[in-house]
Amino acid sequence: MSNSKNPRLSVLGKGASASLALLVAFLAAWQWGPGLLGVPTFIVPPLSMVAREFVYAWRVDHLLLHTGVTIAEVLAGFILGSLLGALVGYLLGMSRAAELALSPYILALQIAPKVAFAPLFILWMGFTVYPKILVAVLIVFFPVMVNVLTALHTVDPDLVNLARSFKATRAQIFWKIEFPASLPPMFAGLRIGATLAVVGVVVGELVGGNVGLGYLLSFGEGQADTPLVFVSIVMLTAVGGIAYLGVILVERRVLHYLPSRSLSGNI
Amino acid sequence: MSNVMSTPAASSLTRLEYRAATMRFADRHGSALTAVRDVSFSVGDGEIVSLIGPSGCGKSTLLNIGSGLTMPSDGAALVDGERVTGPNAHVAFMLQKDLLLPWRTIAENVMFGVEIQKVPLSERRGRAQSLLKKFNLAEFAAHYPHQLSGGMRQRVALARTLAVNPHVLLLDEPFSAVDAQTRIVLQRDLARTLAEAGKTALLITHDLLEAVTLSDRVLVMSRRPGTIVEEIAIDMPRRDDPIARRADPKVNDYLARLMDRLDIAHASLERETAGDAG
Repeated sequence: MSNSKNPRLSVLGKGASASLALLVAFLAAWQWGPGLLGVPTFIVPPLSMVAREFVYAWRVDHLLLHTGVTIAEVLAGFILGSLLGALVGYLLGMSRAAELALSPYILALQIAPKVAFAPLFILWMGFTVYPKILVAVLIVFFPVMVNVLTALHTVDPDLVNLARSFKATRAQIFWKIEFPASLPPMFAGLRIGATLAVVGVVVGELVGGNVGLGYLLSFGEGQADTPLVFVSIVMLTAVGGIAYLGVILVERRVLHYLPSRSLSGNI
Repeated sequence: MSNVMSTPAASSLTRLEYRAATMRFADRHGSALTAVRDVSFSVGDGEIVSLIGPSGCGKSTLLNIGSGLTMPSDGAALVDGERVTGPNAHVAFMLQKDLLLPWRTIAENVMFGVEIQKVPLSERRGRAQSLLKKFNLAEFAAHYPHQLSGGMRQRVALARTLAVNPHVLLLDEPFSAVDAQTRIVLQRDLARTLAEAGKTALLITHDLLEAVTLSDRVLVMSRRPGTIVEEIAIDMPRRDDPIARRADPKVNDYLARLMDRLDIAHASLERETAGDAG
């Protein structure tokens, strides 16, 4: 056991140190690259300028408030969207007839670019947080629903037969086999959903409103304040990263029974 | 229980019976395809009967009919004299696949059937514990299936099957996915367990030696539409010890008879040409 673990650890160590070296190189290139190449600071502001802008935005532009609003919208959209997606996935998985009846419309809605609904939602609900949440709900819904539905279709029929041979009821088959079997694919959907939720919220904020990181982004653009745009992008990336990490942490707890390699593989 | 072992075939009580069971399916083109035709046989209390035959002859269909998962087109299966109309608490099956649930520990997997049947938790735990102990798996009770070898997993599947305390076990090539040495050990464990508990079993297998060493009788099926073409009583002692039976010179006579009846050389040639065509 320990023999097989050591090479793996050393590979991990090598990977981590290479990753760190890349980060340092990237930050250095950001700081000094534009100056060396003669790129003006309003096109690519160096790292130190973005850092100064960050402090300024924190103090004066209510960066924390904008970030907080965006986080709240992402969270609300993600939770509602994944609950709805899972629920519809399970319902369609239970009823072949419902799935056949609804699948063309679901497919059409899935193909439609969800962010294109943002202006419509703002027309309906005004410059509030709701249209942003709704875009996120719509965008998170599909990967979760599709993964749950596919998972239910791919449950080994022999497992269901085994349960049936013990005289399991329909509810028992669902709770003891289908539901737990659907969790790994559902979490794959949730991971995708976590990052997509940020996209949905940002597009909503870009289209209309006066709060949130998306708003800050378009405000920076209007002011030709490139450093502020960079600050907003960095913060949005952080929000998406935290959301993704949160899903991974929950997934690790819930799917603790899986061999660890299949979990770490996708990070 | 022990007298059942000594004269298994002579037992008067019929546990499992097929009466003119016929199964027709619609094939891809919509025309009827007869999987098994007019199959009748019975398995007495404590008896082990093996079913062998070419692949696709409908052996597994018979198992599904016996366990009540599918209804025959004609005829019937009876367990303890009662017509099987659906899944039945007295019958449990075990497949080549272990069908262990990856999110359950080994002990929880053993308890799966009794849990569905709403046996009280303390009794469930007790049954799982004693079965795991019996199969030398007690130390793995809290492990997850992926941490066990194929042979151990199959033993867990057998424990799960026995946990519901069935009268009849339907075994569909239970050991065909494990390596040859593990298979011999598993066969011994199965034979011992069935003999000790006096259980009735119908064993579907491709392995002629397995059929001869484990059973009281071997039934030979024809190719599709499957029907029973020969019944061979295995007249050898020590049905509870297939390893001892392997050493019995009579085994070779039985194997020769089965090979002859199955037309082995011809069948394998035909399968090869079918493979080329596909």
